[in-house]
Amino acid sequence: LRKNVEDFTGPRERSDLGFVTFDITADILNGKKCMVFFLTCIHLQSIFDWNVKQLFLYLSAEYSTKNNALNQVVLWDKIMLRGDNPRLSLKDMKSKYFFFDDGNGLKGNRNITLTLSWNVIPNAGILPLVTGSGHVSVPFPDTYETTKSY
Amino acid sequence: LLLFFSGSMEPAFHRGDLLFLTNRIEDPIRVGEIVVFRIEGREIPIVHRVLKIHEKQNGDIKFLTKGDNNAVDDRGLYKQGQHWLEKKDVVGRARGFVPYIGIVTILMNDYPKFKYAVLFLLGLFVLVHRE
Repeated sequence: LRKNVEDFTGPRERSDLGFVTFDITADILNGKKCMVFFLTCIHLQSIFDWNVKQLFLYLSAEYSTKNNALNQVVLWDKIMLRGDNPRLSLKDMKSKYFFFDDGNGLKGNRNITLTLSWNVIPNAGILPLVTGSGHVSVPFPDTYETTKSY
Repeated sequence: LLLFFSGSMEPAFHRGDLLFLTNRIEDPIRVGEIVVFRIEGREIPIVHRVLKIHEKQNGDIKFLTKGDNNAVDDRGLYKQGQHWLEKKDVVGRARGFVPYIGIVTILMNDYPKFKYAVLFLLGLFVLVHRE
C-alpha cells in the first residue's frame, strides 16, 4: 500500500509515503533457540548474558531508488530489557515511523528488503550492532492509493 | 570520550555514563548506529540513534536521528530550515561505554577530602607526564 503525499514532517515537496504492516515473531532466549522472523527460522546464540543490559531492536527497510543509491528507513523499534519476555509475537503491526522516501522511489519498487537488527547495550563495554539473518522482500505497487484510511 | 548529560537515550545510557567514540570518516553511516553530532551554531553535541538515511552513489548522505527515549525524531532540534544531518555534522560514533563515571563528580562534591585526593593524584599524574 503506498500513497504519494506531502512529507509533512520535512521538506515541503511531494514524496512517496509507504505503508507496511508486518508480523514479528521472534524468540530471543538464552541458549540455542529459534528466532522465527517472517517464517524464516534463525538460530541465535545466547544473547542475554550477564553483561547485556538491553537490546535495542529495530526493523529497517532498505532499498535503492533513482535518486539515492542506498536508502534505509527504520519502521519500528523496541527496547528489550534483560528480564523482559524474550518471545515476541506481534501480529499485524503498523510501522511506528512514517516510511517517507526522499522523492518518488517507492512507486513500482519491487525490492524493498526488511530486516530485523539489534544493538546490544552492555552493562559496560562495546556496543555492537547485529543483524538478524532473516529478511523479507516487500514489493510496492505501481500505482498510488487514494484511500484515506490506514 | 563523552559524558552524558541528558536522559534522551535512556534506558541504554544515563546521566554520568561515559561514552567511547571513534571518528573514522570512512565508516559508513547506517541506521541503528549511535552518532554524536553537532548542530551548526550550537556547542553541545547530541548523541542519538540514526533513524533514516538516504545515500547517493557518490557517497553524499543525508540522515535523520532520534533519541531512544524521545517520542519524536530530532528534526525539531536541527537548525531552522534544516531537515537532515550530513557527514560534516558528525563528530563521532559510539563504540563502547562505561556507566556511572559521573558518580566520581558527585562524590567529589559531597566529600571534599575525596576531591582533594583526586586533584592531588591528577596533579601527580601531570607532573610525571610533563616531559
